Amino acid sequence: MAQKKKVTVTVVSQKQIAAQVYDLWLETELTEDAHAGQFVAVYPHNAATLLPRPISICEVDRDRGRMRLVYRVAGKGTAEFSAYRMGDTLDVLGVLGNGFPLEKAAGKKVFLMGGGIGIPPMLQLAKELEAEKHILLGYRDQDLFLQEDMGQYGQVYIATEDGSVGVQGNVMDIISVNELQADVIMACGPMPMLRAIKQYAAGQKIEAYISLEERMACGVGACLGCVCTTSRIDHHSHVNNARICTDGPVFEAGDVEI
Amino acid sequence: MNTKVTIAGVTLNNPVMTASGTFGSGMEYSDFVDLNRLGAVVTKGVANVPWPGNKVPRVAETYGGMLNAIGLQNPGIDVFVKRDIPFLQRYDTKIIVNVCGKTVEDYLEVVERLGEEPVDMLEINVSCPNVKEGAIAFGQRPDSLYDITSQVKKKAKQPVIMKLSPNVTDITEMAKAAEAAGADALSMINTITGMKIDIHKRQFALANKTGGLSGPAIKPVAVRMVYQAAHAVKIPIIGMGGIANAEDAVEFLLAGASAVAVGAMNFVNPYVTVEVAEGIEAYMERYGIEDVSELIGAVEE
Repeated sequence: MAQKKKVTVTVVSQKQIAAQVYDLWLETELTEDAHAGQFVAVYPHNAATLLPRPISICEVDRDRGRMRLVYRVAGKGTAEFSAYRMGDTLDVLGVLGNGFPLEKAAGKKVFLMGGGIGIPPMLQLAKELEAEKHILLGYRDQDLFLQEDMGQYGQVYIATEDGSVGVQGNVMDIISVNELQADVIMACGPMPMLRAIKQYAAGQKIEAYISLEERMACGVGACLGCVCTTSRIDHHSHVNNARICTDGPVFEAGDVEI
Repeated sequence: MNTKVTIAGVTLNNPVMTASGTFGSGMEYSDFVDLNRLGAVVTKGVANVPWPGNKVPRVAETYGGMLNAIGLQNPGIDVFVKRDIPFLQRYDTKIIVNVCGKTVEDYLEVVERLGEEPVDMLEINVSCPNVKEGAIAFGQRPDSLYDITSQVKKKAKQPVIMKLSPNVTDITEMAKAAEAAGADALSMINTITGMKIDIHKRQFALANKTGGLSGPAIKPVAVRMVYQAAHAVKIPIIGMGGIANAEDAVEFLLAGASAVAVGAMNFVNPYVTVEVAEGIEAYMERYGIEDVSELIGAVEE
């Protein structure tokens, strides 16, 4: 794994693509070692908001040395980020986390499932993964984002909670309505969605790789702030706790208690 | 220029250490900093058996600081001596192991195990505010602190640093109790107990409800307590609490600390420990200071 570092990066562009959702392109050397499912930690300039914000990598353009982050404004730090414009600089720690295990899905029939602000990391995954890809996206309403980008890499199915676009309900309803099947699942989204996927995958006896999130401080595995409960005693903690920032954020669903 | 400082007979290459719990055992931060450049690595607290720690969320940001309630998750002394100590031995830095426990016997078990290990000093954690048993219970009353300090001193093969809590009425009483019981040094301050509430969810930000406040927000409190303790006792003090750069570190030295530790700011700037060490040298050069020990307690009264 590449060495982690804190670097100063330059904003290439930023635009709002949905309510509270921003699409930020950065110029950075970190692209060289960045893979689907990994994340970076972005530092606010405001010294009163000390801690870096973990944000998943949405897309990597290695040829141009650019990285795309799509995030939702959820507090003071992300509100500050949303005001950045072309040419602004910011500090980023990366590349962090393990990423999706592409080898587990290569050549297979795969569900790529994203819910809400869990959708962005599925784009780079769709780009990197060589497989039969069914991309299942869940939104609250017709305020969609990234669905057109996803369409380049596989068949896209949409669910909205209010039924305004696609299947009414969530990503699990897409599976039942369309009678879809997969050999393996890769997913990121809110905890109820991940719980449903874990249960579904266990019932189907297939593997599901899910990306978790938690409040973080260091982002590099030292502070033990962002742990999740594991079904087995892991090699690092020697208790049933894995570090989401370092051992994850992607875990096989059967390995974690969620 | 001499940056070496000696604490309880142990000479450090420079006065910069890591604050327990913010640096693991150095492995994670060895990607960012050369551990050989640190005066000492102070490890995350280790108990006699593995501790699972608290439920999440365990961390929350606050204005200019953060709250944590990790709850001293640690793999236990068996894993620690096999994995963490051999890792740290590869570096030219001193190894200070932070020891935690629920009962006095727990502490003594760890202290005795470490007696046979290549560890330079012990830091006894009697000040973690985030666990229900042990820890801070020993660090908030002078008589309890005296008792555990003297018991640890009887078993310890290495110099003993008592890590003091700021959550007390009079820090000088605590410092004196530890010194009277034979402590070789003090480290201070541990985190200040705090709380944060999410007004939109009407929930506590931390699963543990309360947590320990650290970061630049607490620095003036820490400097004041180091100054007070330095005037109350003769044993050396390792000062910490919100150190973000060399200027902050020098402030602690001038207040009376013989060494400093960098904590929460590792999370903000993973290179900060070495930057502090280099910045102290730059300060010495600027003011023509030959020996870093000239700075200890050198604030003008």
